[in-house]
Amino acid sequence: MASAAQGHNAARLTPQVRVTTDHSSTASSEEERVRFQISNLDFFYGPKQALFGVNLKIPANKVTALIGPSGCGKSTFLRTLNRMNDTIRHSRYSGEILLDGQDIRQMDVVGLRRRVGMVFQRPNPFPKSIFDNVAYGLRINGYKGSLRDLVEHSLQRAALWDEVKDYLHKSAFALSGGQQQRLCIARALAVDPEVLLLDEPCSALDPVTTAKIEELMFQLKDSCTMAIVTHNMQQAARASDFTAFMLDGKLIEHSETPKLFTTPRDPRTEAYITGRFG
Amino acid sequence: MSRARLLWRKSLNVLMLTVTGVAALSVVSVLFLILGYLVYNGGKSLNWSFFTQLPKPVGETGGGMANAIVGSLKLLLLAAVMGLPVGLMAGVYLAEFGGRTFSFLVRYTTDLLNGVPSIVMGIFAYSLVVVPMRHFSTLAGGVALGIMVIPITLRSTEAFLRSVPGSLREGAMALGASKWKTIATVVLPAARAGIVTGMLLALARVAGETAPLLFTAFGNQFWSPGWNQPIASLPVMIYTYAIAPYEDWHRQAWAAGLVLLGIVLIANVGTRLAVSHGGASRGA
Repeated sequence: MASAAQGHNAARLTPQVRVTTDHSSTASSEEERVRFQISNLDFFYGPKQALFGVNLKIPANKVTALIGPSGCGKSTFLRTLNRMNDTIRHSRYSGEILLDGQDIRQMDVVGLRRRVGMVFQRPNPFPKSIFDNVAYGLRINGYKGSLRDLVEHSLQRAALWDEVKDYLHKSAFALSGGQQQRLCIARALAVDPEVLLLDEPCSALDPVTTAKIEELMFQLKDSCTMAIVTHNMQQAARASDFTAFMLDGKLIEHSETPKLFTTPRDPRTEAYITGRFG
Repeated sequence: MSRARLLWRKSLNVLMLTVTGVAALSVVSVLFLILGYLVYNGGKSLNWSFFTQLPKPVGETGGGMANAIVGSLKLLLLAAVMGLPVGLMAGVYLAEFGGRTFSFLVRYTTDLLNGVPSIVMGIFAYSLVVVPMRHFSTLAGGVALGIMVIPITLRSTEAFLRSVPGSLREGAMALGASKWKTIATVVLPAARAGIVTGMLLALARVAGETAPLLFTAFGNQFWSPGWNQPIASLPVMIYTYAIAPYEDWHRQAWAAGLVLLGIVLIANVGTRLAVSHGGASRGA
């Protein structure tokens, strides 16, 4: 707890413009640094309450998995973190969401989303070329450097470069579903986000591609904090450091992944992970 | 399942297939009948001077409708300049920004506007432009056609924008694109082919309108330079020539019909080719 508070202070002093390499060193020196701190989060779609008093810390440079049955609020929770829910009419939340100690409500939403990238359940490449897809975030943010280098770098980070390097100007729609999803990851990585939110990124993919994306998440950990919503408990167990179990809009249990899966504290968690419901 | 029942079901299937098939066939054959008749009559009346010469005075044979061809193109240009941007922007508003009450109002009004008889549009443009200017003009004709272009463009733009999946918008916004950036760089390009086709259909639709031009652009047997004078147009020429008692004028009316159809067809195919070609290279 004390080190987490230190993390906030350190983060406040960190300049907004970052270099990809700077936080790997921060991570090793501060194991417990917290990226997102969520307190007493209630979320409403109009009169319908979807989240009830959620408290959660998302540690930096770790993968946090969110599991739970359909409709339990995992995706809603994930989408509050980059204020994607702002686009939904009559939605609102109360409570506090701090990113590096700063309330996201006070932030400019464009700046927030640049820092907190998102990959969606279904691959959603733009109807543009592979190159233009990856360059999109850079272009709209007025990036002045060499697009080509950053596009290559991003595609390499997403483990897609070797497959597409000769087809950069072909339509993104020509790629397979798994390649499209990695393209979307590359697109999100191109703007060098501090946090990557993954909303069931593998649910439409085959096991081989899923394995590739999990491998990718592992590699990204030294430069990025990740939160992943998944229905696949094996995936949560394999790919995450921390796991949060949600049920009916409430956070039931949150702990280190091995602990949650081997010795769950709450009987409902145990019932869920042993497949008795959901 | 009794045999009789099975037989009944099968024959009902065959019957319905026949009835619907005949209906579909009749639609196609009516179209081809019109086209064939027009091509046959227009084709044999069409000659080079039709495209190059002005109409001859009553009593003389020959001459052409060069002024009406140019006139129709000028009127369409005006209609496009005045109607397409408004229709496009309002369509974007309805699909992307609109609230509930105002959008409902706009949509309902648009549908009403779409259903207003074209001659009423003519009267409107007459009182709006012709009366204050005290004379018929190209401008007045363009205004009448332009107003007709708006609702068609608006509704088709809205429909094509709505068909763009929301996941694309979310993808762009998740990268930090503002709402307008998202629309301009992702949503509009994704719907481009459909929107352009819709605009073209709107122009094709008004290209054949006669009634709103009768007392706005009026007609002209000579060239009409600028935008301030009455101007000839193919539909009005067809109307005037087809009801005239001269054999040679009937011939020219057929030719004008064919040329009008040709203009619409060429514009249509050309734009579709351009849109689909541009789309392929850019990934749409």
